Amino acid sequence: METNSKTSFQVTLVMVLAFIAGFIIMAIELLGGRILAPYFGSSIYVWGSIITVFMLSLSIGYLCGGKLSLHNPNLKIYGTFFATAAVFLLPLVFWSNLIMEFLFLRIEDPRYGSLVVSMLLFFLPTAIMGMIAPYSVRLMVESTHGSGHVAGKLYFISTLGSALGTLATSFYLVLWFEVNQILVTMVATLVLAGAAAIITGTRSTANAS
Amino acid sequence: MKQAPTVWSQFKWHVIAVVVIALLISMADAFAQIGVRYIHQERSLYRNIVVTEDSSRRCMRFTITSRSGQNQSCRYLERPVELVFPYAKMTLSSLLVQNEPKRMLIVGLGGGTLPDTYSRLFPDTEIVISEIDDAVFRVAREYFGFEETDKIKVDVGDARVYIKRAGLRGEKFDLVILDAFNGEYIPEHLMTVEFLEEVKKLLPDDGMVVSNTFSTSRLYAAESNTYRAVFGDFYNIRQAGTGNRVIVASMQPLPDRATLQSRAPAFKARLEQFGMDVTEYPQYMSTQVTWDTGQRILTDQYSPANLLNN
Repeated sequence: METNSKTSFQVTLVMVLAFIAGFIIMAIELLGGRILAPYFGSSIYVWGSIITVFMLSLSIGYLCGGKLSLHNPNLKIYGTFFATAAVFLLPLVFWSNLIMEFLFLRIEDPRYGSLVVSMLLFFLPTAIMGMIAPYSVRLMVESTHGSGHVAGKLYFISTLGSALGTLATSFYLVLWFEVNQILVTMVATLVLAGAAAIITGTRSTANAS
Repeated sequence: MKQAPTVWSQFKWHVIAVVVIALLISMADAFAQIGVRYIHQERSLYRNIVVTEDSSRRCMRFTITSRSGQNQSCRYLERPVELVFPYAKMTLSSLLVQNEPKRMLIVGLGGGTLPDTYSRLFPDTEIVISEIDDAVFRVAREYFGFEETDKIKVDVGDARVYIKRAGLRGEKFDLVILDAFNGEYIPEHLMTVEFLEEVKKLLPDDGMVVSNTFSTSRLYAAESNTYRAVFGDFYNIRQAGTGNRVIVASMQPLPDRATLQSRAPAFKARLEQFGMDVTEYPQYMSTQVTWDTGQRILTDQYSPANLLNN
């Protein structure tokens, strides 16, 4: 009984965290347009750069997350993904203007300028957040029979998070807060999410032994 | 036999009234379109561009649907020099504040009305136009007789990028006209304190910025506070019955209204060809703060211009 209730708590936790990751990925993508506009404008190619980098880094994140889930999958490693993503977001909060200024002076063509800047600012945090999705599947799957069902539920919850992250950011958050206030809140949320996963993971291994 | 009143019988007249009003509105819209010919229509990277013509004028607009007041740029067929829109005349009246630019920058080409007008007034003035949409540039040439000359040059690209680079090159423009805000979508990165600081860097000691912007919604207050934060007091040109207001901010202390009035007669004859009596304009110009000074200023960190305009 005890193990069962713990498992269901862990399942809920993974679902909530996958939702948060989905929310934050799209919120940051949308804010990306806002962050780049002062240096590269808001033309279609700026959005092209941002979306390209997000898709690319997510795809690589999926690959790495899946690979990592092969060896001793547990909540502690899962939690470190969130914490690491938070750390990799810090340059976006604190040094984005310096980085953009540096590249603005060196790359004349705003297409490649925005592409390089997007790579530097978004690649690492987004790739790390991309690792969360496949790893979540592994943490929840109990049998090959149910794996499609679990993957479906996780796609559902994380993409729903993405939809709400997009809506909330573009309709309300930018109206109420500064870009950096939103980003710092996201960083803090990632840290808390990571801590929740690590603590839960540590407790369950302590109980098991 | 008496029937209990049904929902339909209770609200019959409301429903009929609503239907009739809706029909009248759509008919009025349709009648307004009678005699309007569609000359050209295309979808660019940024918008739809529609060129229409009726018996008196040719217009460019960025929306497919035909609501009045959506035209970006219009010219009279018979008198192409005359300005159609009040805001263009308001913009021109800023010459009372500072005369005769040697080198000017216009953000937003439209049908090329403003560059044509200024080059007619000041043939020796160098005019640079920053226009984001190559298709607008092409339509202006093909349908509105706009031409680049050795004095008039168009830079196709984002104005923020152009202005930042021009500032780094140390370029100066003694007049900057911002005319990029009359579309359906407001470029939010062209409304912030940081942007205006970059514009300010382009202005010499006697430079002036003239901005055609909004006169309604929370955006009016936000934008006014933003200009004030960068330039201090400015002249607000507002005319009853127009949805526009024009901001005139200067690097020099602003002349008072009496001075503007005393300058106006000398301009009267020169500006008559554009269909305006400039001596009327000082009364529309005011430095008074008529907005909520508590509204947050717009910055690169906080610029929800389109949401504030709702």
